[in-house]
Amino acid sequence: MLVSLALTLTLQAQERNPLANDPAAVKAGESEFRINCSFCHGIGARGGGRGPDLTRVHKKHGTADADMFRTIHDGVSGTDMPAAMGSIGVEMKDQEIWQVIAYLRSVQVKTPPPTGDAAHGKALFDGAANCSKCHMVEGKGGRLGPDLTSTGSSRSIQSIVESVRDPSRELVPGYQTITVVTADGQELKGIVLNEDIFSLQMMDTGERIRLFEKDRLRSVSKSPVSLMPPYNTTLLSDQDLQDIIGYLVAVSAK
Amino acid sequence: MSARVLLLFFVAGSVFAQVTFERILGADKEPQNWLTYSGTPFSQRYSQLNEITTENVKDLELQWIYQASSLEKFEATALVVDGILYTVQAPNDIIALDAATGRTFWTYAYNPSPKARPCCGHINRGLAMLGNTLFMGTVDAHLVAVDAKSGHLLWDTTVAKAESGYSLTHAPLVVKDKVIVGTAGGEFGIRGFIAAYDVHTGKEAWRFYTVPGPGEPGRETWGGDSWKTGGASIWVTGSYDPALNLTYWGTGNPGPDWNGDPRPGDNLYSDSVVALDADTGKLKWHYQFSPHDEFDHDSVQIPLLADLEWPDEAGQKQMRKVMLWANRNGVFYVLDRATGQFLLGKPFVEVNWMNGFDEKGRPIRAPGKVPTVEGTSIYPGSEGATNWYSPSYSPRTGLFYVSSWADYASIFFRIPVKYTEGRVYAGGWPKSYVPDGRAAENFRKDEEGRGSVRAIDPKTGARAWEFKMNDVTDAGVLTTASDLLFSGGREGYFFALDARNGSLLWKATLGGVVASGPMTYSVDGRQYVSVAAGHSLFAFALKK
Repeated sequence: MLVSLALTLTLQAQERNPLANDPAAVKAGESEFRINCSFCHGIGARGGGRGPDLTRVHKKHGTADADMFRTIHDGVSGTDMPAAMGSIGVEMKDQEIWQVIAYLRSVQVKTPPPTGDAAHGKALFDGAANCSKCHMVEGKGGRLGPDLTSTGSSRSIQSIVESVRDPSRELVPGYQTITVVTADGQELKGIVLNEDIFSLQMMDTGERIRLFEKDRLRSVSKSPVSLMPPYNTTLLSDQDLQDIIGYLVAVSAK
Repeated sequence: MSARVLLLFFVAGSVFAQVTFERILGADKEPQNWLTYSGTPFSQRYSQLNEITTENVKDLELQWIYQASSLEKFEATALVVDGILYTVQAPNDIIALDAATGRTFWTYAYNPSPKARPCCGHINRGLAMLGNTLFMGTVDAHLVAVDAKSGHLLWDTTVAKAESGYSLTHAPLVVKDKVIVGTAGGEFGIRGFIAAYDVHTGKEAWRFYTVPGPGEPGRETWGGDSWKTGGASIWVTGSYDPALNLTYWGTGNPGPDWNGDPRPGDNLYSDSVVALDADTGKLKWHYQFSPHDEFDHDSVQIPLLADLEWPDEAGQKQMRKVMLWANRNGVFYVLDRATGQFLLGKPFVEVNWMNGFDEKGRPIRAPGKVPTVEGTSIYPGSEGATNWYSPSYSPRTGLFYVSSWADYASIFFRIPVKYTEGRVYAGGWPKSYVPDGRAAENFRKDEEGRGSVRAIDPKTGARAWEFKMNDVTDAGVLTTASDLLFSGGREGYFFALDARNGSLLWKATLGGVVASGPMTYSVDGRQYVSVAAGHSLFAFALKK
């Protein structure tokens, strides 16, 4: 017991990865990553629907070896990132955590992704492009779309571009479009907050929260089409989009 | 006040009458009590009580709530014996309550070892009772006997090694002078077994390994040494037929779950029902629902026993001792429970892993439907078509009722896997068809399927009716002699349906997931219906 505790402390107390650049550790780490991490962070660590792209040098919860060890070992509270021990599929001993870190260093992309003018991007986001009407960043903005404060780090640039150009391609969970017609014929559009056998809770386009008993509604229709308009290049040029992404990446790196 | 004191004296006087095994066998004749996990040894979860009817069920009102001091799921079904209700507060505290008021008599607190590694929560599904003794399996794989009068420990037997991944989560089954349990841990490469213990001493009387070892029949269905880590766990209670003296148990997945390469062969007796001689534990027959499973198709469902008219070989209808089984693999089965003969198998949800049966009742696997590195779409999805939650059979309607996850698929992935003692041994994972994360509390997209209560005619396998939910369900089903059906789901509703046609008659919002089986009892002639939801136990009765 004491021996294993001492060993754990030795491994945990490392500031630097004891297995850095060890080809065998990188290979083992790739396998561990596939088993434990790729479900959320994607094959090759390039990001999934849920976990950030880890090929970027900058890591949201700390880039140093010791920071990454802590993130994997303890999880990140308030996010979907679980602690290394205790749940099915995510169960790594300290040595395996260091192997994963060795692997992640090996797939790190050295040059940062090209991004646009963040200051101009912020002006567009809050102004002409109308993004902030529906999206919050750092506590300011609308509520009908997802909060974008951390999107710049949690999603790849390519997937942000795709979501802006074609918002209905993949709706973020929690933002399903719904249209209801009340008994008196009023039509309301919005997003579903909750639904059960008997009732429906939604936020309408005026950001008003509403609850309906389903059997008292004239109709309920859900749509895979996002409430967000597709921003084609006429509405938003490629350069302006890059500037907005530059803003989101800058905000998420704070 | 004095009437209440008198009543307590009366209750106290009767409760401590011995719960003999004869009483358990005749449990249907004393429907004021609920003497076993599923109500009777036949496990029909059907009650003769009929004070609450399809007409007056709308007048049900809450009588009491017991709030557990545990944040684990409340999956236990209570026992009620002569006015006293016994249940388990997760992980392993036994609580004795007044069944009419919910007031606590005593608590027996058991502290499981921190080495316990149950896969899916530190939970417990309930108790067994014989004489004045309560029996409980623990998450660290002990079996304890506790005095029902005082809540004091009588004996504590170590069933298996917790640190290797073994745990006990289901309610034990008492047969004669033995208490029978099986071990969970199918995600940890355990070697599953069912064992019987002397009710007085806790000494092991017999043991049946659900994965045969060297020299035992069935060993040849496991390539290499894979039998040592074969899984085939047990985590719901079995049934008992006194006329045949057989006890029936459903077994879990082979290990590793999603990669069958390390275990070539059929992998007996995983995903099977085994019929054991209750005195010796010797195998009388088995039927394997999912040979060489790679989808975690645990056959950990309640073996529901019924006597039905069934055509014999000459086509003449005869009463037949059968077993009704809606399996996690999506198929509804009828087996002859004396011989294990396959009588009927018909999907009750959308299924794509098999295409019917051969003449012996073995499923014909659909080509290419195996987990792969790239992922394969399989119906039903990862949680199966149903799971551990109790079904019900009403002899009045002749229908079998099951909570199901209907018409959804998951993508099954396979990865290389190696066994380390006490660690997860899974070999892959299933992934939902829709992006990760839930849209809303109870919101599900069409591709995610839905929960439903389905009524099945056991003579044909045809669906009689369906009650659709928005979210999925982990709630069991109870039926009564007044044609009522009680169930619930993840949406937090507890509801009553007309068992004849599925129409909604009553509902209550309990503010937490119903992940337990409802049960019913009566005290002084007043019928109660009880169910656990969230972290609390609720009891309803008609307005006075």
